[in-house]
Amino acid sequence: MFSYYLDLALRSLGRNKMLTALMVLAIALGIGASMTTLTVLHVLSGDPLPGTSGTLFYPQLEPRDMDGFEPGMEPPRQITWIDGMNLLKAKRGDRQALMTGGAVPVQPAQSGMDPFYSDARYTSSDFFSMFQVPFLYGRGWSAADDDNKARVVVISRTLNDKLFGGKDSTGQTLRLKEGAFRVIGVLDTWRPNPHFYDVNMGNYSNAEDIFVPLTTSRDMRFDHNGSTDCWGTGGGDDDHAETQPCVWLQFWVQLDSAAKVAAYKEYLEHYSQEQKALGRFERPVNVRLPGLMEWLDINKVVPGDVKLQTWLALGFLVVCLVNTVGLMLAKFLRRTGELGVRRALGASKREVFTQLLIESGVIGLAGGVGGLLLAFLGLWLVRLQPSSYASLAHLDLSMLVMTFLLAVGASLLAGLLPAWRACQVAPALQLKSQ
Amino acid sequence: MQIKPILAALKRHKAGTLLIALQIALTLAIVCNALFIIHQRLDRIARPTGLDENNLMAIQNRMVGVEDKESGPLIRADLAALRQLPGVEDAISVNSYPLRGGGWSTGVHLNADDKKSKAHTTLYFSDEHTLATFGTRLVAGRNFQADEIGEADPKEVGDPAVVIISKALSDKLFPDSSALGKPIYIGDTKKPSTVIGIVERLQVPWNGNWSDTFYDNAIIEPYRLVSTFTNYMIRTKPGQLSAVMASAPAALYKTNRMRVIAPKNGIRTFAMVRESAYRADRGMAVLMGVVCAVLLGITAAGIVGLTSFWVGQRRKQIGVRRALGATQRDILSYFLTENLLIGTAGVLMGALLAIGMNLWMVTQFEMARLSVTYVLVGVVALLLLGQCAVLAPAMRASRVPPVEATRSV
Repeated sequence: MFSYYLDLALRSLGRNKMLTALMVLAIALGIGASMTTLTVLHVLSGDPLPGTSGTLFYPQLEPRDMDGFEPGMEPPRQITWIDGMNLLKAKRGDRQALMTGGAVPVQPAQSGMDPFYSDARYTSSDFFSMFQVPFLYGRGWSAADDDNKARVVVISRTLNDKLFGGKDSTGQTLRLKEGAFRVIGVLDTWRPNPHFYDVNMGNYSNAEDIFVPLTTSRDMRFDHNGSTDCWGTGGGDDDHAETQPCVWLQFWVQLDSAAKVAAYKEYLEHYSQEQKALGRFERPVNVRLPGLMEWLDINKVVPGDVKLQTWLALGFLVVCLVNTVGLMLAKFLRRTGELGVRRALGASKREVFTQLLIESGVIGLAGGVGGLLLAFLGLWLVRLQPSSYASLAHLDLSMLVMTFLLAVGASLLAGLLPAWRACQVAPALQLKSQ
Repeated sequence: MQIKPILAALKRHKAGTLLIALQIALTLAIVCNALFIIHQRLDRIARPTGLDENNLMAIQNRMVGVEDKESGPLIRADLAALRQLPGVEDAISVNSYPLRGGGWSTGVHLNADDKKSKAHTTLYFSDEHTLATFGTRLVAGRNFQADEIGEADPKEVGDPAVVIISKALSDKLFPDSSALGKPIYIGDTKKPSTVIGIVERLQVPWNGNWSDTFYDNAIIEPYRLVSTFTNYMIRTKPGQLSAVMASAPAALYKTNRMRVIAPKNGIRTFAMVRESAYRADRGMAVLMGVVCAVLLGITAAGIVGLTSFWVGQRRKQIGVRRALGATQRDILSYFLTENLLIGTAGVLMGALLAIGMNLWMVTQFEMARLSVTYVLVGVVALLLLGQCAVLAPAMRASRVPPVEATRSV
């Protein structure tokens, strides 16, 4: 029966090619636009560390003075050196890392290669294990290296390819700002999306090429990039950044259970009270402990334009669907005569309904295929854009499946009302009126 | 034209009528808001920077192998080399420039003890060649003199004795008079700076929403910043831009090889700076435009399709009417009026929807209130679109011969 209905559907669709083309095109355009924007949104609001992100937290403290204080204010989005070091040394979490970003001049040993600047991350040792950074060669540094301000460096795969031709470079020497550093590890390709651990450095930028211990970076007076917010007498003077009343570091902590999260929050409150008693903190205790995904939300990492485009595309899809429903309704109702004959010859309402639904399903399928092609085209256009997230815009399997479900679902939905209306025909009345 | 029979006929096609009206409503709501967004983006793109953009280029330069403190003489040597190049009008080293994307901003106070700043502004640090290089016009006062220019470490810039400010900032600080000769306090300082010059226009380095409230407020401080990282801005003589684009980096490398000029974005004409600053806005405007056009097309096609079906369905009735004395004109106006009725219902719903959608976007995105003009223009446009779309099927209906009445199917 199915193939017979399919044949009927194709014949009926073939009878009015313009109209069929219009319906298919409308669905295809709606699906194509929606899938393109949804894919971009999906990629941008993705989980940078699936499986681990639930255990990562970003403590916020309120170290500022009373100037400009208003109740209910959000604490600063970064942390001071003193607080960062205190939290780091306290080791209350399962893992913790204090970090900031910068750029360091690299002086290649190879003759003929000009010096260049590379983005760098200055961090304490847990960074690699906490964020599950994959290593191609070697390993990260130890807590002892942090304490000793060791001249060690971990480099990205890209930089290793550029400087050492992709060979295992552990043990080699790399000159950074007049200092000799020993390469102890080379990362495998690693690009967490978004660049969650420091959203000041571009939300969807590449991971850095150079990683050195935070203490070493201070010892070497490496330039620090990103945002620095100061209050009171703080001047953002980089040479004395350790003692200035400025926030310029990010602190991440891994907490493996809900009990530990509660305990950590309590610890942060105690710590703030203690600092207030010491006179370092002036404002009322105000601590927050957002999780990774919550942190991305707070920072509005997903660009507003992308959300706007998604809503626009969904609205567009709705208009296309309404359009298709209207056309299908007209088309089905026009065939009431033919359907009346079928009913009079013994077809049940259900059979007529199935027949019409198959016809709308065919349109949906065709529209879905067209929409998929348009989505590929749309994503290709997005990738041509220069924005930092452009290269990420690819259709993955889940989105591919979703496109098809959306297409067929949408067109069946569009066919439902017209098919139901058309099979309400009273056969006798139809035959008589002819 | 009698409306009652049309309404009676529409009652028999409730679902179809409702769907067209709904489609018109949704289209109107989306198109109004999209046009509004396009307009906002185009307005932003059209804002002038105040610079002589056609003859400007920028070089992002980074010295290597020297400390920040030692870079002063190197920058001076670079500037001397650039200013001597054939085809160069003037050149400066500056911390930032309009549309660059990053820079300094601070509040300006009128009294040392004021808690709240009077205006927000950006700070440009450069020397007495700034006005000639930017190509911005002095409307009051004078330029810096060479002996007023200092060199300063970016981390410890002092309070300058004299500054030049933009006219927009002057108007904001002193709405009733001119800022010329008056003291202002830049940031949290107790030491005033005297305004010695006012330039016609100078934009801030940012072009995002957040700087919209102060996008024309700028202060030029008479300091050359001593840092290994600096931007050179070069104004060429008319028509010499491409020649200088090639000769300037060569001249810089000749004075000193120990530097990095990024291969990407290291050397840009101002046209390139502008293009990259507004790329996202332009992209959004184009996308919205395309969506609008396609939406209107689909809605028009939907109206044509549905009306064609109705015409086909009613051939017999049309024949009867014609046989009873209705003219072709009557039939034509019947379908036009029918469409107008549906369209009116649609645009009424649509206008409400458009305003509702805008109110929602105001809460979700940084968006201004939709002006009623857009809604009115949208209403008229969609009604016209409906009438045009219905014209072809209505003409076909009007040509149905009266003899159709006598034919059975």
